[in-house]
Parts: sequence; C-alpha cells; structure tokens
Amino acid sequence: MTIDTRSIPDVPTQEPVPDDARRTAKRQAPRALTWTQLRSAFPGALRKLDPRVLYTSPVMFVVEVGALVTTVLAIVEPGVFAWWIAVWLWATVLFATLAESVAESRGKAQASTLRATQKQTTARKVDAPQDTLTSGTRLDLLPTVEVPSSTLQVGDVVVVAAGETVPGDGDVIEGVASIDESAITGESAPVIRESGGDRSAVTGGTVVLSDQVVVRITAPAGATFVDRMIALVEGSERQKTPNEIALNILLTSLTIVFLLAVATLQPFAVYSGSRQSLLVLVALLVCLIPTTIGALLSAIGIAGMDRLVQRNVLAMSGRAVEAAGDVDVLLLDKTGTITYGNRRATQVLPVSRVTPQELAIAARFASLADETPEGRSIVELVDEKYGVGEELPLDAELVPFTAQTRMSGVDLPGTRVELVETVEPDEAGISTSSTSDGRSTGVVRIRKGAGSAIQRWVHSTGAQISDKELKDLEKHVDAVSKAGGTPLVVAEQVGEAPARVLGVVRLKDVVKEGMRERFDELRAMGIRSVMVTGDNAVTARAIAAEAGVDDVLAEATPEDKLALIKREQEGGKLVAMAGDGTNDAPALAQSDVGVAMNTGTSAAKEAGNMVDLDSDPTKLIEIVEIGKQLLITRGALTTFSVANDVAKYFAILPAMFMTVFPQLEVLNIMRLASPGSAILSAVIFNALIILALIPLSLRGVKYRPASASSLLTRNLLVYGLGGLVAPFIGIKLIDLVVSLIPGL
Amino acid sequence: MSSAVLVAVAQIAVLVAVLAAVHAPLGAYMARVYSSPKHLRAERLWYRVVRVDPDAEQRWTTYLMSLLGFALVSVLFLYGMLRLQDHLPWSLGFTGFDPAGAWNTAVSFTTNTNWQWYSGEAAAGHLVQMAGLAVQNFVSASVGMAVAIALVRGFARSGTDARIGNFWSDLTRGVTRILLPLSLVAAILLMVGGVIQNLDPHTAITTVEGATQQSLGGPVASQEAIKELGTNGGGFFNANSGHPLENPTPFTNLVEIFLILLIPFTLPRTFGILVGDKRQGWAILGVMAGLFAASLALTTWAEMAGPGAAPQAAGAAMEGKETRFGPAGSALFAVATTATSTGAVNASHDSLTAPGGGLVLFNMLLGEIAPGGVGAGLYGMLVLAVVAVFIAGLMVGRTPEYLGKKIGRPEMTLVALYVLTVPALVLVGTAIAVVVEPGLVGIQEAGPHGLSEVLYAYASAANNNGSAFGGLTSGTPFYEVTQGIAMLAGRFVPIALVLALAGRLASQTAVPATSGTLPTHRPLFAGLLATVAIIVVGLTFIPVLSLGPVVESLS
Repeated sequence: MTIDTRSIPDVPTQEPVPDDARRTAKRQAPRALTWTQLRSAFPGALRKLDPRVLYTSPVMFVVEVGALVTTVLAIVEPGVFAWWIAVWLWATVLFATLAESVAESRGKAQASTLRATQKQTTARKVDAPQDTLTSGTRLDLLPTVEVPSSTLQVGDVVVVAAGETVPGDGDVIEGVASIDESAITGESAPVIRESGGDRSAVTGGTVVLSDQVVVRITAPAGATFVDRMIALVEGSERQKTPNEIALNILLTSLTIVFLLAVATLQPFAVYSGSRQSLLVLVALLVCLIPTTIGALLSAIGIAGMDRLVQRNVLAMSGRAVEAAGDVDVLLLDKTGTITYGNRRATQVLPVSRVTPQELAIAARFASLADETPEGRSIVELVDEKYGVGEELPLDAELVPFTAQTRMSGVDLPGTRVELVETVEPDEAGISTSSTSDGRSTGVVRIRKGAGSAIQRWVHSTGAQISDKELKDLEKHVDAVSKAGGTPLVVAEQVGEAPARVLGVVRLKDVVKEGMRERFDELRAMGIRSVMVTGDNAVTARAIAAEAGVDDVLAEATPEDKLALIKREQEGGKLVAMAGDGTNDAPALAQSDVGVAMNTGTSAAKEAGNMVDLDSDPTKLIEIVEIGKQLLITRGALTTFSVANDVAKYFAILPAMFMTVFPQLEVLNIMRLASPGSAILSAVIFNALIILALIPLSLRGVKYRPASASSLLTRNLLVYGLGGLVAPFIGIKLIDLVVSLIPGL
Repeated sequence: MSSAVLVAVAQIAVLVAVLAAVHAPLGAYMARVYSSPKHLRAERLWYRVVRVDPDAEQRWTTYLMSLLGFALVSVLFLYGMLRLQDHLPWSLGFTGFDPAGAWNTAVSFTTNTNWQWYSGEAAAGHLVQMAGLAVQNFVSASVGMAVAIALVRGFARSGTDARIGNFWSDLTRGVTRILLPLSLVAAILLMVGGVIQNLDPHTAITTVEGATQQSLGGPVASQEAIKELGTNGGGFFNANSGHPLENPTPFTNLVEIFLILLIPFTLPRTFGILVGDKRQGWAILGVMAGLFAASLALTTWAEMAGPGAAPQAAGAAMEGKETRFGPAGSALFAVATTATSTGAVNASHDSLTAPGGGLVLFNMLLGEIAPGGVGAGLYGMLVLAVVAVFIAGLMVGRTPEYLGKKIGRPEMTLVALYVLTVPALVLVGTAIAVVVEPGLVGIQEAGPHGLSEVLYAYASAANNNGSAFGGLTSGTPFYEVTQGIAMLAGRFVPIALVLALAGRLASQTAVPATSGTLPTHRPLFAGLLATVAIIVVGLTFIPVLSLGPVVESLS
C-alpha cells in the first residue's frame, strides 16, 4: 500500500516565528489626565481657537461665534450676568480645543523619540549603475562611496556593517545580520534580517549589531516608515474618518435645528410680549446644540489611534480603525497565531514487535543532531519519558535533510549492545532481545521523515514490509493525522540487512492557552474566525476543533486566501487578516483590515493598512476591540449630549418666560434660585461636562465583548438615562453656588 | 360618566379588533400588488394612452422626475379647473377661484394635504369636486404609497445601480388595485350608514315656518370614502366630517376612523414582507401603535375629564363637538386624523381642551409618522429609524446599518436634510406670521391660544395634514400663499430626499447580519425609535409649544 502522502506533510515545516518573549504586548496602563498634561496642552488649545481651524467642527464654531457675540454685548452693556455668560462660553470652546490638544500631546511625545532616530547618517552606497546590481554577485565587494543618507534614492544599494545605522528603508538583498530595532519597536532583543524570504525588510534608523548586509533602498528619504509613523502619531495628517463625517453631519443638522428653534423663539417671545435679550438666546442656543460630543469628537478619534499606538500597532488611516470595529470575518494563520510556532513530539507509537523504548531510542539518536524545534522536542520527550540516553558517538555520521530524500537521520558505527542492557521490559512484558543481540558490528542507519519517503528508503534496502507492520503503520499515521498531529515515521537498518520500520512519532501542534476563550468572545461579538493553514483538511479540522475556531481553510495557498477574502467581501462582509510575507501582500491589500507584521517584507507592509511592531498576529483581536470601542465612545457621548438637553430646557425656559407667564414656574422643577442663576448654571454645566468627560473620551468607554443587544441595553442605561438625569443634579448643584454671586 | 367611558373603550376595542383582522391579509395583498409582474387590461390601456413603459426599472432620479412631472401637471390642471370653474359644466353656478385661492387649493390637493380655505358647499361645484379634487384624492395618496414602496425597495434590493421600480406602474396600481376597490366597498358602507350619494344641486327650500333653508346634494359617500382612505381630509362640505351628510352617525364615524387608519397601519406589514423579515414590520408597527395609543389615551382623557370650569360644569368638554359623537368619538377622530395627515375633522380642534389641542398639534409636529399619511407615514418612520440606528449602531461598536444597509455619510446627509425640512417650514412660517401685519390680522384670539392657532396652521400645512385649528382666518392672500409654499415644500422636498435615499440604499450591497449587528426588530430598538421620534421633535418644538399649548394647559 501507499500511504497517502497528502496527509503527511513531507517535512515538518519550519516557519520563522518571532520569539515568544517578543510577543508580549507592551500595553501601557491608560494614563490618567494630569495637570502637567493639561498645562502643556494649553498653548496648543489656545492656537486651536482660531476660527479658521475651528470651523471644521460646526458645533464648536457656533459656540465660538456665540462667545464672541456675548463678549461684544458684555462690553456694550456691561453687567455681572453678561460677563459671566461670556466667560463661560469662552471656557466651553477652550475645553473643546483642550481636549483635542491633550489627545494630540500623547502622540507628540512618541513622535519626538522617533525623530531622534532620524538623525542624518552617512550611507555607504555601492558605486555602480542600479540595474547591474543583482543579489548573489557579492555586492559587498564592490566599491562604495560615502553619501549622506538624505540623498538616497529608491533603488540605491547600500552596504551596512556591524555598528552602523541603516540609512533608509529597504530590503536586504545579500547577507544576514542581527539588527537592533528598539528605536522603533521598543523591543530590546535584536532580530535577524536576511536576504530572500519574508524577513528581509529593514527600517531606516535601526542599528546593525553583527555581520553585514547589502540593502536596496525602497523608500525615498522623507517618506520612510519612520516619517509616516511620526505623521500618524502626531496626527498632523489626520483626516476625518467616514463615520466621523457622518456623525458630524448629524451634529450639524441638530445644530441647525436648534439654531432655527432659538432664532424663531424671538418672534414668538415678541408675540407673547416678552422680548428676550440676545444674550439669553445665545446662552440657550449653546446649551441646546450638542456641544459635549461636538467638543470631544476629534479627541475621541485621536485617542483611538493612540490606543493602537500604545499597543505597538500603527494604523495607516483612521478609516482602518473604524473598519476594524465592523469586521465580520477574521483570518488567522494557524502557525504562530493559533498554535505555537513549532510542533512538539508528544508520543511514540511503535509498530508490532517493536517496543516503545526501541523506537524512542532510535528516534532520539536520529534527532540528537537535529537543531529544529521538532528535533529538540523529540529528544526532550524521550529523555523525560524513557530516561536520559547517551550522547552521539563522535564518529557518528549525520545525514542531513535534503529535498531529494526528504528525510534525515544518523549513521552510527559500532554496536548498540550497552544500549540494549539499559532497556527494561515494556508493559507487555516483551523484552527486547532479538534485535540487538549479536549485532556488534555493522553500521546502524536510522532515518526519520514522512511516511512515503521512509517507505521508499526501506524498500530500497531490499526489505519487504509485512502486512502486519504496514497495517500498524497505517493505523498510527491515520490516528495521528486525524487528531491534528503530524506523523513522523522512523526506520532503521542494521549493517547491510534490510531496513525495517520502527514506528511513528507523534508531532503535535500545541494550541496556545486561552485561544478558545478568545474565539468565544469573537463569536459573541458576531465575528467568525477562520484558521488558515497549509495542513491537510483532516489535520486542520482537528486543530480547529481543539482551538474552537469556526472554520478552516486547509492546504491554503496565497491565492486561496485571496479568493476566500473576495468571496466573503462579495457577500458584504468585512475581512481582517494578518500577514507578513510577500505572498500575503495581495491578500493584505484586498482585506478590509490588513495587519502587516513588522518582521515582514516591505511589500507586505505597503499592502496592509496597519503594521504591528510586535509582529503578533493575535493582536488582530485587540485591534477589533479598539475599533469597536472607538465607535461606542462616539455613540455613547452623542446620546449623553442629546439627553442632556431635556434638563437644560427645564432650567432655561421657565427662566426666560416666567415674568410673562408665571404659571411656567411649575416647570422649574429644580427650584433654581433666579432666572439669571438658572441660565448661568446651565451654561456652566454645559462647559464643565466637557472637561469632566475628557478622560473618558481619551480612555474610551468600557468595552466588554458581548452581543449587540446587551451592549445597547447597557450603554443606553448608562449614557441615555444617565444623560437624562445627570444634568438635573449638576445644574442644581451649580445653581447653589452661582446663586451666591452678588449682582446676578 | 362610566357609561361614556365604556363607550370610549368599546369603540377603540372594536377598531383595534377590525384593524388587527384585516391588517395581515391586506398587507400581504399590497406587497403582491407592488411586486407582481402582471398588468391588468385597464392598466395596459392607460399606459398606452400616457405612453409609458410600466416595466422599465427607473433610477431614483428618473423616478423622481416622473413624480414631479406628474405633480406639476396635476397642480396646473387643478389650478386651471378651479380658475375656470364658471365656464365648466356642473358648476352649480359658482364662480372661478381667485388666483391665490386656486393656487392654494391646487397645491393642497396635489400634496395630499387638503387644506381648505373655502367652504365646499359654497365654492366648489360637482365637476370640480369629482374630476378635480376627488381625482387628486386618489392619485396624491397613490403617490405617497409609491414613494414608500420605492424606499422599501431600496432596503430590499442589493447592488442594483440605484433602480427602485417604476413610478407609473406604482402610481397606477396604487389606484386601480388598492384605493379604487377599497373605496368602492367603503362608499357602499357609508351609504348604508346614511351618507348621501347623488348628483343633485344644492337647492334652497322654504320650510313650513317660512324660513329659507339650503338642501344640499352631491356625490358625498364616494368622495368621503377616498377622503379618509387616502388620508386626504378635504371635506365635501365645510363642516367636513362634522357635517351630518358626510358623517351622520357614530357608526359612520367609526367607519371613517377605520378607513383613515387602515392603510397607514397596514403598510408596515407590506414593508416587512417586502424586506423579507416580517419582524421588522412588527417593530415599525409597534412604534406607530405605541405612539398612537399614548396620544389617544391622553387626548381622550383630556376631552372626557375636561379640565376647566365650563367643561367641569357640562360634565365634559363639549364645546365645538357634535353631541352624536360625544367627547370620546371626537377625541378618537381628532387623534386619528392628526396622527395620519388626514386632516378631516368631526369637531372643532380650536375648541378642544388646552392639553387636547396641544396633543393633536404634537401629533402633526411628530412628522406624521404614527402611523402617518398613506405612504408618507411609513417613509417618515423609516427615515427616523435610520437616525435611531445611527446613534444606537454606534453604541454597539459597528458602523451603523439598517436592514443590512450601511448608514454612511451620503445616507446621513439625506436623512439629516429630511429631518430638518419640515420643522424649518413650520417654525419659520409661524415666526413670520406672528410678527407681520397680514399674519397677525388673521389671528382670532390674542395670547397663547392665538400662537397655537398659527402654529397649528403651519404644522398642518408643512406636514400635509390639512386640518385646521379654526379661529385662524386663513382665506387671505398671505396665508394662502405661504401655506401653499409650506405644503409644496413639505411634500416634495422630503419625497426627493427619500427617493435619493432609496437610490443610495438600492445600489449598496447588503451586509449579512451577525450577532454583532444591532437587532432592529426587538422591543428595545422599537422603544429607542419612539424615544428618538419624541426627543427630536420635542427638542425642536418645546420652546414654541411652551408659549402656546403648555402655557394654556397650565392656566
């Protein structure tokens, strides 16, 4: 029989995986709003009072015009009330610009550290026409000229040696080096960058620690990754996101409605015989228009980006962050994301007439010189379960893995007699004797590899695999595959005798802890998770079931991935994925939220709309949560802002018309002291609530993964009902103080 | 008093039972009418006469142009007819309308408002009534339904390059398959109840005591049926449904109320069926019914308990009401007619109690959405649902979507303009009227009640209701012209915005719902939608209401 080779990956894949230590998210605790922060943000806040800047926020622009009008009125007809109103209207605008300024200041700190990496350096540019420079021609031996890094063009090739700073963004086209990227990622452990493959991108400003690489520049000076990062974290390139614009339209229309309501109130007041002062009308207008959300809207957006930056994720646009909140499907690579990067040996399964010990020892010998994680895990398993064995003899000959043989192993000279003596009878009571006794000479060849490769080798030695052995082997291979593992078949040949199959070592993907819970959360949020893997369908499904993902894409090629994304999008779904290789670039570009790993290629980083500096694919889940939190914060504060108006009417309307219609006194349910104090208290509350909510807008409202219904119920209770009730209490309290002002 | 309460409860119970019984089959029937590919023979003939292709799917712009063209022709035709009445047969000797009056009436009937500055029995002959006004009663109602169906198609369709149906087919089917058959049954029912139906001229007769009395005639029952069914409200006679020849008994009163509410309360069902999720229809119906029930309960209480010295002495607020209907029958009619943009009246709204008058005013200010005029109520409510979804959608952490359609910048712009239009017309119109001389002279009572009168007039015009508070002398050029503008803008600006929205939605690809999607069929969302409706309206109109009905109520 032949074992279906499709079900056994020929070689345990060795995907590059970032060290586990690197993937601990450097999450900073949300910083509280401090006085120092407020003070340092103050000049910026003042600058933002410029009407030419402020008009982009129609709500606050109306408040500023109102503040201007009341100031003029206060100058023309000075009075305690007029000045108080004018001052508090200015305070309302100022609190709004302060919120934005504080939000920006956080990014500014990060930007200044980044700027430090941008110091002018000298680049050793290969002095030859660009098109003659192809990798593999010992480019480092070509003559170089020293040029300032700022003059580098796209396509230039530079040589960077240990101790030197990489002069610009590029791809390594020759060599391998360890590089310190701490300036950008904040991670002190060096990373390896090498030509070819998916870890070739280097970033300008990082430092080569050892060896030497030849780099082809991919970004012109001034448009490098660090430049973009600075622009992003500073918010200088911030554009309003689609949802922010839509919300702004709603807020503007509310402002117009209230403008109409207040403007037409004067004719009605005149008709009713109680003409109102412009001062009071302006105060009413400012209280009614949605100033709370209008003031905090841009701060919320900036803070959302900032929360991503704090988690070491750079979003190339605010649009992407919003889209993250809408994601319906999450594509996650199996290896490194759902499972640990490497498979581990967990069990040995001997065929009949072979003891577990015999198999274990053979497998151990075959793996001793194998530096792959899988190889190491076999040694560890055997040492732990069967006792520590001896080292390889010095004259042992290693047989490395080749693409032709698709197996690896070791040739042991001499005898294995001592070995046998250390072995004890197994559970079945069968002692090992026949195999080792009397074979004191001859080379022992041990091979491990995929089933088909080993079978071919065994046959090539002239051996016939018995039916019984074959059945056993088939049984084990199937069992391991079905359970989501990778079967590694081990065989040995003693002297020139025919080789024989010993059994199977189970290599298992180990699912990371807590993944099932994360997927349950995603499901609650309405997001379907799809595991993408090169494994065969049986293995993939087994791991998917263990991890709790909703769906799998098995034996996936980059094209399959792209096709899957397109298919989902045709159904109207938004897809998020993480990727690092050049292969992933089309899929990253196609997905609605594409998170490129910082370790990945420049192509991948260009294609995605976010870059994760920690190169941790599981961070997708956090990104989705941040996107949702951003939208919820906007919605919550809008609701709060509109709900506030009810109480303000109760404060201001009786105050305006009580003189002509005394019966309106019953509407003064807060029992505010005087018409003047009532109006002023509403204005002051309106201003102070902005200040009070700055921390919330920077932090974002609390978000717990839950279904839409329960989220809505909770937020309506807190921000809708809260928004209805809070101002009644707030205005009353302020009125108690305000009524003490003499001359009001 | 308790027997009066019993009567009040009983007639509401009968009404609810009958509406509940016919709502499902009629809703399903209307859904079929608007989605069937077949044409009736009469319809085919009509399409050939007006030379339109009823099967061509129109983009929203074409749909709107067809609709506006039709409306323009309607206004011109009606205007001409009214101006030239004395040259037409069957004029009963009435003269032609003056220009301002003809403009006002032509606009009024084309916009489904049916505001009447004139007395039907003293100004309009039978031909004008039947061939002019009654025809508009049918087609203006059908236009409203067509727009609502176009918006529903916008939600139901996915990626269609903004095609939302065919205006001519929708218009025609609304008349031939829904309004005409129902009107026929309704007219017979009303005739059985005692409403007159003849072609007699109004004649003066001398009574046995020697006094002269007008004996009125005319095709009243047929016009009465479509007047209520199409939420039109233009009465054959000046006293409208308070006139004994239009509405003789409590039975016909209840029939008329049923006709008023029938289509507006049934359309949510049609909506649910067409978007493929009946629960969505239930939610909309629930919001409409909830708001209507609250208004009805409060108004009935106000009219029956009758705060104030005179009503207390009389046992109820009977001023301006017909004794055959009583306070409960009048309150029910008043709420039904103002909550549906009908505008027919069986009592003088000017004489309702202060809170009662405020409530019927609020029904209109709400934007005629609970349940609103035929078609207009549904599209008004759906637009508000988009606003509610936008706010609530954000609170569940997703870009807002309703029925699988994302609510982004373009959608929000259209919705915001829609929400702005009518309040702007009402507030600006009222504000002008209470400060300029030509406006002020029309006001009968000084003080808060006068403000209520003017506010009511503009609320009625801009919301295409058409009922009059009374007390306001609106037959002056100032009111005729400004009211005409309010009616025209209050009808066609929102329609243009709704059709644009329909086009946008139809060209979007629908997003499948997940557990992260805000469910819009649950009571929670329905409650939120009702709150949004009340708060958006409340916050806009609280200042002016507080100087009118609120002050009156607190006196």
